[in-house]
Amino acid sequence: MGASWGGLRAVETVLGALPAGFGAPVVIAQHRRHDTPDGVLVRMLGERCALPVCEAEDKQSLDPGVVLVAPADYHLLVEPGMVALSVDAPLNYSRPSIDILLGSAADAYGERVAGVVLTGANADGALGLAHIAGRGGTAIVQDPETAERREMPAAALFATPDARVLALEQIGPALAALAGTRAGSAT
Amino acid sequence: MTSDGGHDEARERIEIDLLLEAIQRRYGYDFRGYALASLRRRLWHRAYGEGLQTLSGLQERVLHDPTCMDRLLRDLSINVTEMFRDPSFYRALRERVFPLLRTHPFIRVWNAGCSTGEEIYSLAIALREEGLLDRTRIYATDIDDAALERARAGSFALDRMQRYTENYQRAGGSDAFSTYYTATGDSARFDPALATGIVFAQHNLVTDGSFNEFQLIVCRNVLIYFGPKLQEEVLGLFGESMTRFGILALGRKESIRHSRHGDEYEPLVEAEKIFRRRS
Repeated sequence: MGASWGGLRAVETVLGALPAGFGAPVVIAQHRRHDTPDGVLVRMLGERCALPVCEAEDKQSLDPGVVLVAPADYHLLVEPGMVALSVDAPLNYSRPSIDILLGSAADAYGERVAGVVLTGANADGALGLAHIAGRGGTAIVQDPETAERREMPAAALFATPDARVLALEQIGPALAALAGTRAGSAT
Repeated sequence: MTSDGGHDEARERIEIDLLLEAIQRRYGYDFRGYALASLRRRLWHRAYGEGLQTLSGLQERVLHDPTCMDRLLRDLSINVTEMFRDPSFYRALRERVFPLLRTHPFIRVWNAGCSTGEEIYSLAIALREEGLLDRTRIYATDIDDAALERARAGSFALDRMQRYTENYQRAGGSDAFSTYYTATGDSARFDPALATGIVFAQHNLVTDGSFNEFQLIVCRNVLIYFGPKLQEEVLGLFGESMTRFGILALGRKESIRHSRHGDEYEPLVEAEKIFRRRS
């Protein structure tokens, strides 16, 4: 799942709708300043979420019902069974890059991935979400009309016209339904 | 991204394995233990840079054209870094690590995977401000000769200096940062006196062994590019390359908790991932 401008409230809303016992790992890239102190974002998200939320460490395992957030100023990549970090150059001015997160999840888990692109003022995530869709995964985009900033979800929809368009409040329940029907990974 | 229409995951995996095998047998560089996701991105980056549509195509070119291998090596080894990245890390060095180093008459530091040198010069500046640089030898190693060459030159982009100055100040720097470099054109050349005690050498963490014993090994955001098994091996190499109670400094989001070498260390500054050997 990726979010940028206005993303904090959006991510909170999605995570808040995930039930305890949610059956898939969740990984998140939220754009923010490179020098945001450790732990601020995960603390805020953790307060609104029934699932444990932590800042990802390199090679941390992917566990069902655990939410991993990309640390500020690192890319987060999905490997089979775990996550990896990278300090490669920012992609389209972003580190973490949503494209890199979603793209790596598609490479590692193919059709078992559900990718979500939320509010934002750039086009990050569009390529990554298209990659997920191309590998047979589920592509979900926040309805640009309900997004604080519509550019990012609109770009994702442009790249993946068949993506499911959902209002913010519907995304969490949709993920819960997906995780309930198969052993998937939600990113 | 690697979406190319007729893409097939299993086929790509075969291509990656064969390419890495070819590189290892032809050139001796062994990338087979690298973490797959970043490796895949970098391989595709090179393939597209060469105008190629497949990783098999990249394999053919790499085998027949050593200059293509040079370009790929650059893509696989350059780790983008900055001076005083994570200022709190450098503050922790000054406050918690240097007092321990100070007890030694002669100090040996290994900066493993030094890339283009931003970290070495940051270390050298911090050591100088603490009065330790004159009796310290820093071994700065990297797999990539071209990166080492740039590190040796000690010249960085001038337009980065504003960010580096902010980092330096937050890292507890006690001088004006601009006194450490001379601006010429669009580059900032760092005081050559900082580098007198630095030994630059090519060293491959994957295939080369231990070459000295150090009181401090700094290897930040290098192991993140390695898979778990290779990480274990390199942590073993670090253990062999340390004095008693030696100190290991990793990147802030790296961990030895899950490693079988984890018990050999105790945290010295937990949040900064600075560890000290128990013996």
